[in-house]
Amino acid sequence: MTPEEVKHHIKTYVLVFVALMFLTVVTVAISYIDLGVKGGIALGLFVASIKASLVACYFMHLIDEKTTIYWTLIATAISFLILIFLPVGAFLAQARIY
Amino acid sequence: MDIPFNVKERPDTGLYNGKLGIWFFLASEVMLFGGLFSAYIFLRTGVDNWPAGTDYLDVPLATLNTLFLISSSVTMVMSWASLKLNDFKKYKLYTLITLLFAFGFLVIKYFEYSAKFAHNPPYLPSTNNFLGIYFTMTGLHVLHIIGGILVIGYFYGPGSTMWDSEPERFTNRIEIVGLYWHFVDLVWIFLFPVLYLL
Amino acid sequence: MSEEHHPQSFWSKYIWSTDHKVIGIQYGITSLLWLLVGFALMAIMRYQLAYPGSPVPIVGSLLGEGGILPSEMYNSLGAMHGTIMIFLGVVPLAFGAFGNYLVPLQIGAIDMAFPKLNAASYWTYFLGSVIMVSGFFVPGGAANSGWTSYPPLANTATMGQTVWLLGMIMLITSSLLGSVNILVTVIQLRADGMTWMKLPIFVWTQFITAFLLLLAFPPLEAAGVLQLMDRLINTSFFMPSGLVVSGEVLQNAGGGSPLLWQHLFWFLAHPEVYVLILPAFGIVSEVIANNTRKPIKGYKSLVYAMIFLGFMSFIVWAHHMYLTGMGTTIGAFFQTTTMIISIPSVVILTALLLSLWGGSIRFNTPMLFALGFLPMFGIGGLTGLPLGLAAADIHLHDTYYVIGHFHYVVAPGTIFALFAGIYYWFPKLTGKRTNETLGKLHFFSSFICMNGVFMPMFVTGLAGVSRRLWDGGESYAHAAGVFQLNEVMSVSAWLLGVAQLFFIVNMVISLRSKKTSEVNPWNATTIDWTDTTSPPLGHGNFDKVPTVYNGPYEYSVPGSKQDFLPQSQKG
Repeated sequence: MTPEEVKHHIKTYVLVFVALMFLTVVTVAISYIDLGVKGGIALGLFVASIKASLVACYFMHLIDEKTTIYWTLIATAISFLILIFLPVGAFLAQARIY
Repeated sequence: MDIPFNVKERPDTGLYNGKLGIWFFLASEVMLFGGLFSAYIFLRTGVDNWPAGTDYLDVPLATLNTLFLISSSVTMVMSWASLKLNDFKKYKLYTLITLLFAFGFLVIKYFEYSAKFAHNPPYLPSTNNFLGIYFTMTGLHVLHIIGGILVIGYFYGPGSTMWDSEPERFTNRIEIVGLYWHFVDLVWIFLFPVLYLL
Repeated sequence: MSEEHHPQSFWSKYIWSTDHKVIGIQYGITSLLWLLVGFALMAIMRYQLAYPGSPVPIVGSLLGEGGILPSEMYNSLGAMHGTIMIFLGVVPLAFGAFGNYLVPLQIGAIDMAFPKLNAASYWTYFLGSVIMVSGFFVPGGAANSGWTSYPPLANTATMGQTVWLLGMIMLITSSLLGSVNILVTVIQLRADGMTWMKLPIFVWTQFITAFLLLLAFPPLEAAGVLQLMDRLINTSFFMPSGLVVSGEVLQNAGGGSPLLWQHLFWFLAHPEVYVLILPAFGIVSEVIANNTRKPIKGYKSLVYAMIFLGFMSFIVWAHHMYLTGMGTTIGAFFQTTTMIISIPSVVILTALLLSLWGGSIRFNTPMLFALGFLPMFGIGGLTGLPLGLAAADIHLHDTYYVIGHFHYVVAPGTIFALFAGIYYWFPKLTGKRTNETLGKLHFFSSFICMNGVFMPMFVTGLAGVSRRLWDGGESYAHAAGVFQLNEVMSVSAWLLGVAQLFFIVNMVISLRSKKTSEVNPWNATTIDWTDTTSPPLGHGNFDKVPTVYNGPYEYSVPGSKQDFLPQSQKG
């Protein structure tokens, strides 16, 4: 990476930093809105995902990387989602004797 | 005996070995914290009376901690960028600020935890499953912060002599450490709303 | 290039070495010794199963009063047999030993990507294995809640269970370090011309195995930490409310779920079984291609089938949990994915079988073990089908049928493949040949005894004999008709142990023999054979790092002078 490219990146880092600060305030603020449990979870995770994407894409340079890392992360993301949703899904779908 | 692509990137992947290695390690860490997130979801779904985060936890302190970590992430990437611009002094400065923010996080965590233990009756992991999973997840995260401080501190101090002999390799190491540190920030970005706000 | 030609001390050359070949041999020797220990535990158990309540000969005095194996110790032997065989034996041998030694050689690399990390992963494994087995020497004995360590039983068990958990955490860490190394090495350090579709199948299997270990192990590490906390600081992650143990209500917060442990455990443990079989597929592919003097049939199908298998292995795990009260919808989901995952296994077995057709088959010892693997894995796989179908599993779950099924896949399955690999690569590691007569005796006696041990298990399982019964079912009326099979299985098991003497003696006399082997005695095509000395050079493996021009199995190419075309030879 040439010095000019790095300087350009630094501008991006500052912008992302400001965005993250703002989104943190938003995160706390929306926790006071009553959206019910499901709505609260969805919105909270949505904002967190935006913050996480900014950190991953710009601080961790994901947006500049080639496909090798992408495939790793896609495989990881799929495994992660399986781990999060299937166990509780199985639990909720339990046989019940009424 | 020099292993290829340790410093220079391999053309078809665009990566040097250490960077690919740390991303794989981070993938495993996603699954480690994922296991705990899955446990949290499972345990919470199983009961009717799960406490709200604010029943036990201090949101303003945690918000401050969030700002500390995000700031430390920015200063960490800036310290790498400084090395890319050949400015070792700026690297040292940004790294020092990163360490200070990290210590700040630990200090606040210390106050959070000790307030819980000092409570009457004490709030312990065994008190209920909310506290159990809270202490486990934040505790594991704290261990990762401490690990990061040790490594960043090493590269601030004795490890920084590599800049004189092999600057490109040293810069790569800082990039790798930065990736780890950003991940630790990422975990907190999810931990904070899930445990404190939901 | 910095060459280090200073003389190395014994310690840095053989103990703290960062050379992947030394580390591979370290993994190999350690894991073979643990396999022997795991076998010995089973040999003791099988005495009890054949003759319940009788004093055990030879080791009886170590076991209990009157030399009889007490039931708690039977449980310890059972739990530790499973744990040791899987985590201290087969995986370190298949992945740590074979993987570390051969992957760099087969891709044309001078070492693994991270040599120091490699050494760290071995020593973590060694330490973890010592911790794990030290459970036998703590008050209350070793872990006795099954290798599956289910709460609430495991949570309320004796100290040995805590030791088991600590050992597991170290073993998982070792595995993660090893996985990262293999993944980066295969992606980054392939020699010029070694494209993905020219990789030997062996390297593909190690690569996919590494991915499975990387993503599947951490949730178990998390679960292990949670179980440790439940045991040590009285949390209730897995403990339901109001549990009564030994007549007393447990004093904890409750609200936890034993099912949570099962989900987190099996999320790893199902991909783990593919970790157990994939390296075996890789070894068998190499040995079959070489000893039929033909390319493997369906290289691309094999690769895609194994990748698909790896992916599917993450979404079948609850077929181990059919009897936990899950609803029909979720049961149907896991049953469907389980049936689908049998497809790539069939593709792989078919490709390997078809590879034999029209081949010039050489029946040497490695090939015998590779050929033996095929029907044995077939039986193991087929007997998995009734277990994967939820309705049939209601009858078969937790019976000896399950034990027969998984042992067929791992014992005359994977372990036969590992023996094939040891006999095949012995000349590469040592520069010497093994004795063919002893090798054949080893194979035939092991093949017969393996079937003697595990085939009757399908019969006893179908009759309803449960697993983990310390008296082998003697106290149950439904087991009466099949109980005498226990003695058949036990005698076969002890004879199987004796049969391994052929292997041990063969290793010793071959190592001590003065006769050396040619560099490529099997006339193989892969660059581990064609471009390195036997054994390979200490530093850097290759005199000259090869360039790859050909596929991995160019045997019997029409019009060429020899019946094999090395990968590194220009066409």
